[in-house]
Amino acid sequence: MTPTPSQTVGPFFGVGLLPVNGPDGVRIEGRVLDGAGEPVADALLEAWHGDQFARCRTDDEGAFHFTIRSAPFLNITVFARGLLRHLNTRMYFPDSAEDAVLSLVDPPRRHTLIAKQDRDVLRFDVSLQGEDETVFFA
Amino acid sequence: MNDDEFEPPYFHPAYRATVLRAPRHPPVRLPAEWFHHAGGPAFGQIPVRPEDADLTRQHSGAPLGERIVISGDVKDSDGRPVRNTLVEIWQANAAGRYIDPVDDHPAPLDPNFTGAGRCLTDEEGRYRFVTIKPGAYPWQNHANAWRPAHVHFSLFGPSLASRLVTQMYFPGDPLLPLDPILNSIPDPRGRQLLVSELDLDATIPEWALGYRWDIVVRGRGATPVDP
Repeated sequence: MTPTPSQTVGPFFGVGLLPVNGPDGVRIEGRVLDGAGEPVADALLEAWHGDQFARCRTDDEGAFHFTIRSAPFLNITVFARGLLRHLNTRMYFPDSAEDAVLSLVDPPRRHTLIAKQDRDVLRFDVSLQGEDETVFFA
Repeated sequence: MNDDEFEPPYFHPAYRATVLRAPRHPPVRLPAEWFHHAGGPAFGQIPVRPEDADLTRQHSGAPLGERIVISGDVKDSDGRPVRNTLVEIWQANAAGRYIDPVDDHPAPLDPNFTGAGRCLTDEEGRYRFVTIKPGAYPWQNHANAWRPAHVHFSLFGPSLASRLVTQMYFPGDPLLPLDPILNSIPDPRGRQLLVSELDLDATIPEWALGYRWDIVVRGRGATPVDP
């Protein structure tokens, strides 16, 4: 059977796709940026690992945050107006060992997948396009 | 069947917002089984109450508009029913206005309509919503751009690969051939998969017209789409 095609989440998903707090643990903060380096103010991110799930949207500065328990990595799904299909990526924790997926990525681009420790939080930015375009997976 | 022709590309300049948001690097292809090793998200934290599936009974009064029932099957691409999975919908009201504060279309809000619903598929993989038919609305993508009436759908399914966010359209809408978002799907058969059918069997006589729309999420046999 042919999978139903994807369509963009559009700008008005807020009433339908409510935020979900992940379990208490590490606070992840970041921004979603477009190819001009401008904030993407209407993106939705989902983070999952095992039975953990968090969902949050970006604000006017393109900023998002959520909490989750530490893991080797998180699966991150990105939705936004202008994305006709969602994007899959991973956020690796700074101290995680290289794994089979990371080793498939060109070394100069691997840093886009690794969160940075910034005092009490981990920073993880998502660039949809541009010089530091985040690595996405299919 | 070339799967690519049934999915929209990321870069589709007729839909202007893709220009700065579509990644330019092709995605890094992972082994086909990888997505299935990533167990699906635990959406159990999202509460689903029976009344969430009826968008016409969420306020003290009835919303304005044409009352409709939308129902169908959710299967995976291997043909198996997808049971107990979360289906979330959101939509404009009958006047073509979303309750979202970002929506500045000067059409009236309806105090009796929020435009959001959720349900779980049953043991046969079926879902069902009662709502009102959404209106078309302008969206400034190009001169005199109007979105055809549509309902947004979000489904989880069992794995990372089965996650689906899409839009359902209505049969016979004259705006369908003009919509850059629907027409980003290259193959007309793919576009047709997003158009519901009038379903007299699902109609509630003297009460609400029925529309049927079946949904297929990627199963274990499906490979992730190409860039």
